[in-house]
Amino acid sequence: MNCREFTEFLHEYLFGDLPADERAEFDKHLGECPWCVAYLDSYQKTIQLERAAFPAPEDAPLPADAPEELVQAILRARQRAS
Amino acid sequence: MEDAASPGQSRTNLNEAALLARMQAGDDGAFEACVRTYCSRLLLVARRILRNDEDANDAVQDAFLSAFKGISQFKGQARLGTWLHRIVVNAALGRLRRLQRHPEKSVEDLLPHFGEGEHQIDPPVPWQATPETVMENRETRELVQRCISQLPENYRIVLLFRDIEGIATEETAEIIGTSTAVVKTRLHRARQALRSLLDPHFRRGNV
Repeated sequence: MNCREFTEFLHEYLFGDLPADERAEFDKHLGECPWCVAYLDSYQKTIQLERAAFPAPEDAPLPADAPEELVQAILRARQRAS
Repeated sequence: MEDAASPGQSRTNLNEAALLARMQAGDDGAFEACVRTYCSRLLLVARRILRNDEDANDAVQDAFLSAFKGISQFKGQARLGTWLHRIVVNAALGRLRRLQRHPEKSVEDLLPHFGEGEHQIDPPVPWQATPETVMENRETRELVQRCISQLPENYRIVLLFRDIEGIATEETAEIIGTSTAVVKTRLHRARQALRSLLDPHFRRGNV
């Protein structure tokens, strides 16, 4: 395995269901290539940063009712548009 | 009890089909029922992207108007809620992009390039440790959001659906109208491109 193959398929290595022999190829490359170790680490941190950038709303349960003002605004806008 | 979900599910589908048919016939009451049914859920999605109530309200309104305009073309190939979800994500992303005024970049330019020996031409440099306090502070969030907004729409949507909204690959493929293989490839490239945009900010010694 070379660096091009490693970066092209690393999502399969991280999240895919690879057979043991293919995983071993990735592991072997990582053991020999500090650049791909750095790339893998920064790829994983990128995903963590994405998720931290859009945190789930604190109150996960859905509000029971839609905000009335917004409902009315949408219905008025629809009337104007039609 | 075990069978309870199944009739409930078909009832939901029936109600949805009936609601859709009434909207397609121009029934005002059906449009109102649709807004009341889905508004709260869509608002949560828009707030998650825009982080501002006023902008989120505007995105939800834009989404409903856009959906109503295209309701005659909607054939029920996806669930109504799923279809509306996609529309509000698009509306919120479009608004985010306009607010931030960052032009989209080409994904090809942001993917790794390889030279002799199939090594990267710009060899990766380790990133410094990014503890949760750094990841979750306001400046970092805004930086990441700005970088995501620079990704081309096809990639940005997949990234948002899969990594942020947590929508399954199969459902994302269905919503976008493509294959699961394309979704997987696009997600990987979107992450790689985002990594390239974030790289100058997180390289060891630069934070």
